[in-house]
Amino acid sequence: MSTRRRLRPALGFLLIVAILLVGWEAAKLLAGDPWRFPDYGFYWDPPLRWKPVNDLNLPHLWTIFGAFWELDAKGETYLSSLIGAAFFTARESALGFALGTGVGLGLAIVLIHVKVLERGLVPLLVASQTVPIIAIAPVVVVGLRAGWFGVAIVATYLTFFPVTIAAIRGMRSADPRAFELMRSYAAGRRTVLRKLRLPASPPYLFTAFKIAASASVVGAIVGEFPAGIRDGLGGALLQAMQYYSFSPQDLWAAIAACAALGIVAFLLVVTAERIALRGYRPTEDGARA
Amino acid sequence: MSVVAALAPSSGVAVARTLRGWLLPLGIFVGFLVVWDILVRFLGLPQFILPAPSRIAEAWVVYLPELWASTTYTLVEIVAGLIIGSFAGILMGAVTARWVGLRESLLPFAVAVNSIPIIAFAPLLNNWFGLDSQLSKAMVAAVLCFFPVMINTARGLLHVDPAALELLRSGAASEAQVFRMVRVPSALPFVFTALKVATTLATIGAIIGEYFGAPSLSIGQYIVRYAAFLNLERSWAAIVFACSIGIGLYMLVVAVERLVMPWHSSFRAGEA
Amino acid sequence: MTDSQTDTVVQLSGVSKVFEGRGQKAARVEALSGIDLSVRRGEFISLIGPSGCGKSTLLRIVGDLIGVSDGTVMVNGKLAREARLAREYGMVFQAPVLFDWRTVQRNVELPLEIIGRPKQEREARAREMLALVELGDFAGHHPWQLSGGMQQRAAIARALALDPAILLMDEPFGALDEMTRERMNLELLRIWERTATTVIFVTHSIPEAVFLSTRVVVMSARPGRITKIVPIDLPRHRDVETREMEHYFELVTEVRESLRGSEGEAVDPRRVAAEGLSA
Repeated sequence: MSTRRRLRPALGFLLIVAILLVGWEAAKLLAGDPWRFPDYGFYWDPPLRWKPVNDLNLPHLWTIFGAFWELDAKGETYLSSLIGAAFFTARESALGFALGTGVGLGLAIVLIHVKVLERGLVPLLVASQTVPIIAIAPVVVVGLRAGWFGVAIVATYLTFFPVTIAAIRGMRSADPRAFELMRSYAAGRRTVLRKLRLPASPPYLFTAFKIAASASVVGAIVGEFPAGIRDGLGGALLQAMQYYSFSPQDLWAAIAACAALGIVAFLLVVTAERIALRGYRPTEDGARA
Repeated sequence: MSVVAALAPSSGVAVARTLRGWLLPLGIFVGFLVVWDILVRFLGLPQFILPAPSRIAEAWVVYLPELWASTTYTLVEIVAGLIIGSFAGILMGAVTARWVGLRESLLPFAVAVNSIPIIAFAPLLNNWFGLDSQLSKAMVAAVLCFFPVMINTARGLLHVDPAALELLRSGAASEAQVFRMVRVPSALPFVFTALKVATTLATIGAIIGEYFGAPSLSIGQYIVRYAAFLNLERSWAAIVFACSIGIGLYMLVVAVERLVMPWHSSFRAGEA
Repeated sequence: MTDSQTDTVVQLSGVSKVFEGRGQKAARVEALSGIDLSVRRGEFISLIGPSGCGKSTLLRIVGDLIGVSDGTVMVNGKLAREARLAREYGMVFQAPVLFDWRTVQRNVELPLEIIGRPKQEREARAREMLALVELGDFAGHHPWQLSGGMQQRAAIARALALDPAILLMDEPFGALDEMTRERMNLELLRIWERTATTVIFVTHSIPEAVFLSTRVVVMSARPGRITKIVPIDLPRHRDVETREMEHYFELVTEVRESLRGSEGEAVDPRRVAAEGLSA
């Protein structure tokens, strides 16, 4: 693919963001609260009034931008405190993700080899994906009484279900004749696992990783929030909510920080995927999302 | 209609086989609950995250009226959000499938937004629509559903066998006919997959939206409040309701799928 | 170790195979019935017959990938299972069945890895095999970067890596176009001449069977029995001109007629004794 074609999605993305931002201020121009710039003697009274785009509900973009640079009592910018919160949450998610992947893979290997367990457990695993596990996060965090580690446990739980199912599928995905081939070489179960099943899994695993990474981040934020863990993004959201009437822009800034963490997590997985799947047969581009 | 009727007997067998396949897992699940119950009750293990299942069942029965009221309150939000989000998602999916230019810019955007913890918008939506409004939670649910449905609808409409397209073109079929006869049927499996995911997402969205602020007689608030009081049995009793909603809606979608696409789902009968 | 008397590599006696049905859905299938066959060292045997006659099943029985319901299979004087455990087989399927995530060379190294050969030896042997099938320049490529014919050559190289006593091939060129197929036939013969392996080859194509083999085993429809064994007395070394020889066409016709053959066709009793046929 030529460089231009490859850049198109990124350009398209930026274009849409640009349209949204312009639309944002355009709406406020038409129907928001009056624009005041006393330093420049500028005053604009919009012709209409529409509550959803007033300064409380939809602050000006520059106000939100300014929120990042506000200093708190310790002289720290809001941006740096948000970054700290993001790292805190990221650590919980990453730990949970790593544990969940390990447990998931291990469980999948066991289930593949012990048919009885597989028949009994896999339907439960699949059914559990319809259960709103993320919604249970706060209860688990509170119940465990382990603070941020409890949040990591939630992330582990959220990761290991999709990973196990994907690993089982991946380990089964090889052409049956490949299994016959291994049999013709009198290859033992461990050899088949190492040389056929495990290498066949990564494409499936990465699909699960994308889901799991996103779920871990969301689960961490949701888990922190009601349990009152202040150091992470959940805590930042909580705090911003409490001061909403004074500075609505803080909530937007906190939301932006959450969004950034989500996107970073996703990009990390996508990059890892690109590296890990380099030798594998290429599939339709953009097929995974 | 006759197609469905003709397939009915075989789907009966398929249902029976599926039910039999569930015996072992259900057995394991029930066994797990029993063992946990014994451990907690008789060995006096601290009730960490999961109180004794028997106590949860008790709380379930004792507080049924308020649990039921909370469930119905939340269910409205979930269903509304599911409907709004799915319709919008299908519509936008169809739009992006039709116009290539839109697709190349919108789809990656949708993928990126999908990775954002949209839940983070819940407090904002609460502030916009009011804490006590069901609309705010429905909107959280709708936004969560929207992107997976849109992405999958687009993919399904585009994932057509090129040979089928050629066939229709050679018969000088119009774009609308191609859409109706080939793209829509080919997209249905993708759409239903997305809808199944959407039911879970809508449930999560509504409940978490309620975590950030809602009347006390809602599932989300019920869960969080009693968890804060460390009254975990009541919290878990509410969670059981939440799970039932999720599973119930999922099965509803599966039933609709079976009606709409009998050829596809009976082909996949018995598959997890 | 070989049978000292006749240097027989494969001996099938009274082999039958029945697939039991499971539940009401699948019925009981009698795939093979009363198969007797002797294969001598260095022969190239083709199995040909109508669809469903059990030729692939028979191939897999020889390779101990499926068990027999009745009868015995001896390979190199031992049971098929022992031969498999001793890794005396090389197998090539209709699809190349190469591992996507390995380069061509590492795919050929796979059997050597399984038996635990050290790295240098593996690499040397793999390169030798790739040179034999004329894929030396593509050792570092991935299978999906190669054409169908090239992938099959890689699969053959892999099958030969352990210098097997027997090469089992299940319609390996079935997925290729006619011209590539004919070219691959020539290459296979060339490789066979160099390695002197015994080959059992399943095919749907009569010309291919006649061109490649020393003997063609014609099978009947299910339950599979051996209808006739046609010895191919074409010159040992075959090439493009062989396909234009008159005797080649005679043999093709003979095989074709046996395939079409009805039951109760007269069989020469002397032939039965000499070839170990069963009715």
